[in-house]
Amino acid sequence: MPSPGQMTEYWARSRNLMITVLVLWFFFGFFIHFFVKALNQISFLGFPLGFYMAAQGSLIAFVAIIFWYAHRQNKIDEEFGVAED
Amino acid sequence: MQQKDAFIANLGRIYGIYTGAFLGFVIVLAILEQLGVPNRIIGYLFVFLTIGVYAGIGILSRTTIVSEYYVAGRRVPAFYNGMATAADWMSAASFIGMAGSLYALGYDGLAFVLGWTGGYVLVAVLIAPYLRKFGAYTVPDFLAARYGGNVARLIGVIILFTCSLVYLMGQLTGTGVIASRLLDIPKEAGIFVGLVGILVCSMLGGMRAVTWTQVAQYIVLIIAYLIPVILLSAQMTGVPIPELMYGQILQRITELEQQFGGPGGYLEGVKAHVEPFTNYDPLNFFALILSLMIGTASLPHVIMRFFTTPSVREARKSVGWALLFIFILYFTAPAYAAFAKLEIFENVLGKDISTLEAVKQLPGWVFLYGKIGLVTVCGEAAASADALFRACQAAGVDTLNYANFGIHKDVVVIATPEIAGLPYVIAGLVAAGGLAAALSTADGLLLAMANALSHDIYYKMIDHTASTRRRLTVARVLLIAVALLGAYLAIAAPAGILTFVAWAFSLAASGLFPALVLGVLWKRCNSQGAIAGMIAGFGVALFYIVATRFYGMPKWFGVNNISAALFGMPVAFLVTWVVSKMTPEPSREMQEFVEALRIPRGEVLMEDARKAE
Repeated sequence: MPSPGQMTEYWARSRNLMITVLVLWFFFGFFIHFFVKALNQISFLGFPLGFYMAAQGSLIAFVAIIFWYAHRQNKIDEEFGVAED
Repeated sequence: MQQKDAFIANLGRIYGIYTGAFLGFVIVLAILEQLGVPNRIIGYLFVFLTIGVYAGIGILSRTTIVSEYYVAGRRVPAFYNGMATAADWMSAASFIGMAGSLYALGYDGLAFVLGWTGGYVLVAVLIAPYLRKFGAYTVPDFLAARYGGNVARLIGVIILFTCSLVYLMGQLTGTGVIASRLLDIPKEAGIFVGLVGILVCSMLGGMRAVTWTQVAQYIVLIIAYLIPVILLSAQMTGVPIPELMYGQILQRITELEQQFGGPGGYLEGVKAHVEPFTNYDPLNFFALILSLMIGTASLPHVIMRFFTTPSVREARKSVGWALLFIFILYFTAPAYAAFAKLEIFENVLGKDISTLEAVKQLPGWVFLYGKIGLVTVCGEAAASADALFRACQAAGVDTLNYANFGIHKDVVVIATPEIAGLPYVIAGLVAAGGLAAALSTADGLLLAMANALSHDIYYKMIDHTASTRRRLTVARVLLIAVALLGAYLAIAAPAGILTFVAWAFSLAASGLFPALVLGVLWKRCNSQGAIAGMIAGFGVALFYIVATRFYGMPKWFGVNNISAALFGMPVAFLVTWVVSKMTPEPSREMQEFVEALRIPRGEVLMEDARKAE
């Protein structure tokens, strides 16, 4: 088992990752759509960009964020020796 | 044990063969149709063979082991749990209704697409890994362990039951509608056909049976969703990738809207499809996204799927797979909406209907769905060319325009095979997919409710000494009881009940989310705070919904009651925080318990589960 000091460090690192993910979540879930009207002036793959982000772009980002999070958190677990065997 | 592991090792091959067999089955039916077998027989084969396969999986997965019954023995690999979660999640409303909502609402409908996918990010970082580490059988299990016993457990059960029951009624109604259309029987009889399928799947094998059935159902529903729109895309654009090609369809829709949307044009009154905030103002658009996302991360029948993975690491990855499989359907739905809209703008609206001959030139699907009341023209169901002609003559309408054409939202997906001129077998395939979506969600909901009653209420609160056998018998009896209750309510309830489903998200988000999240993230959170917060949040959301819907209370800040979580959830967080601060901090043991939750290593924390394994 890791020492209490290491545990604090482990949780701090995990929490930072959690906050990063939540910031990304807010960005793709809300922030970018605040600017839908401006983005719609830009064409992307034949779509108005604002529409595209809500219909596909943000969704792709959500999937990527979760896999990235799982990978990073796993790295942190291994580094602190708290991963499952 | 040995046998089970061989099964897990061979999953890829088993489901590969299953997928091939399903495609082969569709091809055989297509050949039978060409040979002149009537549509009705094809419909029967679709319903009974698919339900038969799901039931077969249910029977093969029967079990007498408690941990198999409640959490599938915690052996479901991340990839397959992702597929099962996707089927669990995507209901009849996602499969049939969502494309229609996007057709009607345009950009604003994308709030549903965003809300029902983004919530999984929250599941991955805030919920799934910690509850998996705890080793719960049910969501109230966690609330009881973290918040000192049966009061928290009981409140959790009440919230779970309220949210799941309205949701289940929606699924059973959907099942009834689809089965009745395919089998040509009354809706009530259709509900019972579906119910038999659901019960055989879940009763003998609990979570284990539901898991492997849901994987099979996901495969059917995703194939059924993709094939018609791929063929339609190939026809309309020459490229069979609808998700890429509907960009140019949107351009043509926008051109038509600009050209004919002005005064006197046949699209007068149309709201621009890609233009934001024409149906919802920005506040309601974003409030809806937030409510659906948080609700997704709080609905017990979804959360409990992540109790079945072999490890915390697999639980996290599994959320990613689940969203990937959901994404495949959700990023296709706007394409369905766009193709249907262009078809209607180009080939239905703007047509001359001043003579009966001209009316007969309209596409056949208009009358096919008009006959069952899903397409209306000039205020009447477009049951036939004659009926349409008479109604419009009486109304003095010579040109079919936007204002006097009505279409039910379910038609967008269901009519695509006819719009593309595809054979009946594809229409049957779509119906089988819708049935799979409704059944898989109903399975999960039913199990969540029955488990809460048998495990949380009966075993934990009434008879803690019950034997394994008795617990499983009680679980099965309650499963049947809840299923019958759901079917009775689905038949007795008025049609408007379906709107209740959307409220489940706000109720779950307000009642459960703060207690689940703070339980892990905030060690200082204590029983008093969490219990007060759950009651306050759930109460505020329920009050807002009931008062605005039934007692004419004015909306607060103009927020629709579908987004009641916008008020309930902050209240829950605030009350939890204030009450926790005012009362003593949790014991040293409880704080150590929270620390143990945060690290993946080590055995599950729930006592009974440890003993059972």
